[in-house]
Amino acid sequence: MLEFFKTLDRRWIFLLMGLAVAIPILTEAKFPESAGSLSQAVFNEIEKLDEGDKVLLAFDFDPGSEGELGPMATAFVRHCCEKKLKMYFMALWPVGNRMIEENITKVIKADFPDLVYGRDYVNLGFKAGNEGVIKIIISDMVQLYTTDAAGTAINSIPMMTDIDNIRKMDLVINVSAGYPGTKEWVQYAVTRYPEDIRLVGGCTGVQAPLLYPYIPEQLPGLLAAIKGAAEYEKLVLDKYGHRDTDGALVEQGKYLEGQRRMGPQLVAHVLMVLLILAGNIIYFTERRRGGQR
Amino acid sequence: MKRNVPLLVAIIAGFVMIVAYFIPYTESWQDKVSIWFDVLASIAFILGGGNLLKIQLKKISEQSAGWGYAVITAASFLVMLIIGLFKIGAPPHQNYLHMSWSGDYSETGTPFWWLYEFAFKPLQATIFAMLAFYVASAAFRAFRAKNVEAFLLLGTAFIILLGRTAAGPYLTNWFPDWMSGLRAQPLTDYLMQVFNTAGSRAIMIGIALGTASVSLKILLGVDRSYLGSGDE
Repeated sequence: MLEFFKTLDRRWIFLLMGLAVAIPILTEAKFPESAGSLSQAVFNEIEKLDEGDKVLLAFDFDPGSEGELGPMATAFVRHCCEKKLKMYFMALWPVGNRMIEENITKVIKADFPDLVYGRDYVNLGFKAGNEGVIKIIISDMVQLYTTDAAGTAINSIPMMTDIDNIRKMDLVINVSAGYPGTKEWVQYAVTRYPEDIRLVGGCTGVQAPLLYPYIPEQLPGLLAAIKGAAEYEKLVLDKYGHRDTDGALVEQGKYLEGQRRMGPQLVAHVLMVLLILAGNIIYFTERRRGGQR
Repeated sequence: MKRNVPLLVAIIAGFVMIVAYFIPYTESWQDKVSIWFDVLASIAFILGGGNLLKIQLKKISEQSAGWGYAVITAASFLVMLIIGLFKIGAPPHQNYLHMSWSGDYSETGTPFWWLYEFAFKPLQATIFAMLAFYVASAAFRAFRAKNVEAFLLLGTAFIILLGRTAAGPYLTNWFPDWMSGLRAQPLTDYLMQVFNTAGSRAIMIGIALGTASVSLKILLGVDRSYLGSGDE
């Protein structure tokens, strides 16, 4: 038995992992979520804003990290729509613009058709230059953004007329999968103008430990990976979700993605723990038998 | 000339950025340099694309190991570039119907959108998703509590892995209130906010000091390695 596990073909592990992810997806298994302090802080930052306040949404991720960041991006847009905030979208990642377009189509155009482009939301698109872009737009936006993503002149977009830099924003929301991302927003925007720029973020699991040192002064709230997304999603739905006459939540799947994706994550994490335990049992058994040097 | 001009550009730009940070009068200089940087960054895309093509074509012409992959890379690059650049299949903008090139190349239904949606997006997501399989296999084979440090790492990994799912609260919520600090959620938060933050800050301060030292060496012209060997 020990010999079997010692020489276990890695394909068995692949199969186990495949099943650990596939079964919860196929059975649509959901587990209860309760919001942590950081997700609650993100939610509160947006809740504090008033109707018509300006929010910059910087989507710096790509399809590779959509699995982790897509649901929180969708929840952010939904929350801003429910609060009737003015949304300014931008991206520092080349594919970020596609992520913006997807969320505009999925949330704003589908469920908030009364919101008008140019009056309630605008997509400024992608700009090359990484943190260089942040350095410029904190003092002069028009130097860099002369048109929106579709090529419309900035000065002909009504909601851009009083925006000369991003210090005019009431909140900056950054969803990022790496560089450039939340760290650069903290270093080049918030650190420079701590009184004027308030930032909350969402990031991948591997990035989160690197962002904790900025909490809470420079970064009041952070959604870490799909867990953070699920918690925030729950907070948004608890307050703004549609309910039937019995009080049960009736929501489209796109607004429950974070919580749905926690199912495969839970089973995969438990499997990882079991695999590590099994590996260590083999190791210590071998060592006790003197098989280990 | 080939080395001195870039060296001079780097030194001037670097000093302008430093001076502008401390002297309010020169603050606008910093914006100018940043804009030049953004213009250069945009142009660097052309340079990067050209370089990619050059390397792949060289591989193909020499038929070196893995040249088949180079064919796929070069072909994919050219197809995306041509379709996007020439807006192939993109309808004109509704306000400028007489201008066939006025439309958005990535609009839903265009060939570029199709390639992005059905080739680029699933390929990138697949590559990222494959990590789960390799991490599981590596954890089974290599994550051993061989000494105290490894044991601590292993314990932390278990707490975080379980604490980041509903399994953590399910397994630990039976702890009475006076031991609530041992429940998965507060324990995970404590590890992240205290131990992780302390370690990360130490690393960050180290990196910052290193960056400042390397930057000074570059600004003073002591370190010229970023200019390349100068052989080509």
